[in-house]
Amino acid sequence: MTAIPSFYHQSAPPGLTGIKAWLLTHDHKRLGLMYLGAVFFWFAIAMVLGLLLRTELMSQGRTIMGPGLYNSFFTLHGVIMVFLFAIPAIPAIFGNFFLPIQLGTDDVFFPRLNLFSWYLFMIGGLFALVSLFVGDGFPDTGWTFYVPFSVQDSKNVGLTVTAAFILGMSSMLTGLNFVTTFHRMRDKNMGLMQIPLFTWSLYATAWVQILATPVIGITFVLVVLERFLSIGLFDPDKGGDPLLYQHLFWMYSHPAVYIMILPGMGVISEIIPVFSRKSIFGYKAIVWSSMAIAIAGSLVWAHHMYTSGMSDVSVFVFSLLTFLVAVPSAVKVFSWVATMYKGSIEMTPPLLLALIFIYLFSVGGLTGLVLGAAGTDIHVHDTHFVVAHFHFVMFGGTGFAFFAALHYWWPKMFGVMYTFRAAYWGAVLAAVGFMFHYVPMLILGLQGMPRRYYDYLPQYETGNFLAGFGAYIMVFGIVIMFVNLLMSFRKGVPAPADPWGGTTLEWKVPSPPPVHNFIDKPQIMDFPYDFKGVGEQSQKGSR
Amino acid sequence: MRAEIDRVGLKLGMWLFLYSEIILFGGLFVLYAAYFHKHPESFAVGGKELNRVIGAMNTVVLLISSFTVAASITAIQKGSRKLTIGLLGFSIFCGFIFLVNKYFEWGAKIHHDIYPNSETLVNGEPGLNIFFGLYYVITGLHGLHVIIGMVLLSISLVLMLVGKIDGESFSMLDNSGLYWHLVDLIWIFVFPLFYLVL
Repeated sequence: MTAIPSFYHQSAPPGLTGIKAWLLTHDHKRLGLMYLGAVFFWFAIAMVLGLLLRTELMSQGRTIMGPGLYNSFFTLHGVIMVFLFAIPAIPAIFGNFFLPIQLGTDDVFFPRLNLFSWYLFMIGGLFALVSLFVGDGFPDTGWTFYVPFSVQDSKNVGLTVTAAFILGMSSMLTGLNFVTTFHRMRDKNMGLMQIPLFTWSLYATAWVQILATPVIGITFVLVVLERFLSIGLFDPDKGGDPLLYQHLFWMYSHPAVYIMILPGMGVISEIIPVFSRKSIFGYKAIVWSSMAIAIAGSLVWAHHMYTSGMSDVSVFVFSLLTFLVAVPSAVKVFSWVATMYKGSIEMTPPLLLALIFIYLFSVGGLTGLVLGAAGTDIHVHDTHFVVAHFHFVMFGGTGFAFFAALHYWWPKMFGVMYTFRAAYWGAVLAAVGFMFHYVPMLILGLQGMPRRYYDYLPQYETGNFLAGFGAYIMVFGIVIMFVNLLMSFRKGVPAPADPWGGTTLEWKVPSPPPVHNFIDKPQIMDFPYDFKGVGEQSQKGSR
Repeated sequence: MRAEIDRVGLKLGMWLFLYSEIILFGGLFVLYAAYFHKHPESFAVGGKELNRVIGAMNTVVLLISSFTVAASITAIQKGSRKLTIGLLGFSIFCGFIFLVNKYFEWGAKIHHDIYPNSETLVNGEPGLNIFFGLYYVITGLHGLHVIIGMVLLSISLVLMLVGKIDGESFSMLDNSGLYWHLVDLIWIFVFPLFYLVL
């Protein structure tokens, strides 16, 4: 085993050294880690911005910043978190790293395109960064760039929208790569129903990326054209209709929500069976629900627009379709819970984070139904209730799935094991802070506090103070989590090939894996979550 | 490592990409449908003002070039290198003709003070402004795709000349050809929507 160097010590293509071995690499594992570095950076920035926003809102009136800066900050927070964290985090990092391994192959189908996607991602990020410092500064439109404001705004909307366009390209090309890899490079002995669920969820995600991303592409192109040429396609004075912008925007941006959550669900579907030592309940149901979410999720976009002036028929149809998406999501939640029933549960940080995910995601999903119903939505539309809802899904869901994935695959990616105690502390603090942070917002929303407002009436002060207080606890927990992970390099406790007793292919290769992933031809199991063999092997699951 | 090149996979990737291009234009067709519903009379007036002869000529030019691209791929499989180069060169030339036509067409419109944010359009009927706005955006984006397609075909041609493409490995030519057909296909929808049905 020791004779074969890991991918850190061998470059692909061969012969590259130093920084070139990273910047010119075709290796999906190195690219995954490069995405990880970039995403960490953006996440940290956007988290600090969010914290500043909540600090500003902790007391009435001006606290630490003026209203203009506040508007720019919430836009920047949204743009970074959506386009540079939530969309790329799991597919680009863990998808790149583990999809080829789980399929029993050595790389993605288009390795150079994969590198190109990474560069697009970095260029997009660079554009976003540049738009902060040139001209009139970062836009204050919110991440939705609604017309007519985005067309009239004097700030750098054009540049930021271009950045989002490039980031969309990057995400779409990654999706294209994954679909092709899935079909053409899967191990010959691996049938469709033998594919690990994480890979299945990435496949569903990739289709949404290919289907939906071009729509946002053309929408952003139109925003830029409007700014430069004033065609008037969305300007009522010139015969246009601003509502159509919202349609086009959400035609992508609602499916994008599923781009964010589906890979997270895939991560949870991996973690729950491993630490329950029990085959996943309803494997096929989970596979089909992933595809069903991908399809149904593409047909619900206009539920963001109940109060925008659509016809009642549209409102009715989109409300019904929205309820339908809840069904496959619930299938997954029940499958995870049923997997744990009578399992031999072993508590670890990844499992704890996965359990937190299930809880927070369920709250997010159920509050989503409140918003999906046209009647109740009219009451809470554009209030803090919406903010709390999508943070429960995006952050409680995708964010915590990302943390869970980090803790689950960290030993595999870096070959070192972290300390459990600090990881538990981090996870618990983050979760408790999360509840303190967002539950008051749900209540504030029901009481009628609008979102994106710089100031508020006196009766909202208690709730906003509590939310800000929760934010600090949450960020403290996340910092502990990250510091603990980074400390693992310093301590350098080597991780075995299979620290958890997993059954999917990534646990059959050394930690970290060699450059071509597999030393011997991978043995494909009849069913990817068959734990019969795990107990008998004494080496398995030791750490 | 892959011992041999998986042509099916390369094509699959290309088709997925083409699909995304269709969706890109799809967004604009959605706008066309919605605005056609809103301003049918203005669209009819606008459609009459477009030059059907130039539009029809461009359609023929693109259809012929699509045929010659397809023929060049058959030619290379049969091993006749010179014929392939000739056909490819002719296809690129067709693309060029298309752009020249477009230039004259747009030039005439701009000469009549019909372009985005022009006096005539801004002060005129709002529906007409939308019609010509869409006309410029859709044909402009299509023109951009013609240029990209020509660049791809030119790269294939250069690779042919230096001998990187032959009867054994011609995926680059194959995929550039697919892209060119896409450009043609989109025009087949754009042409009737703007020049014929109104």
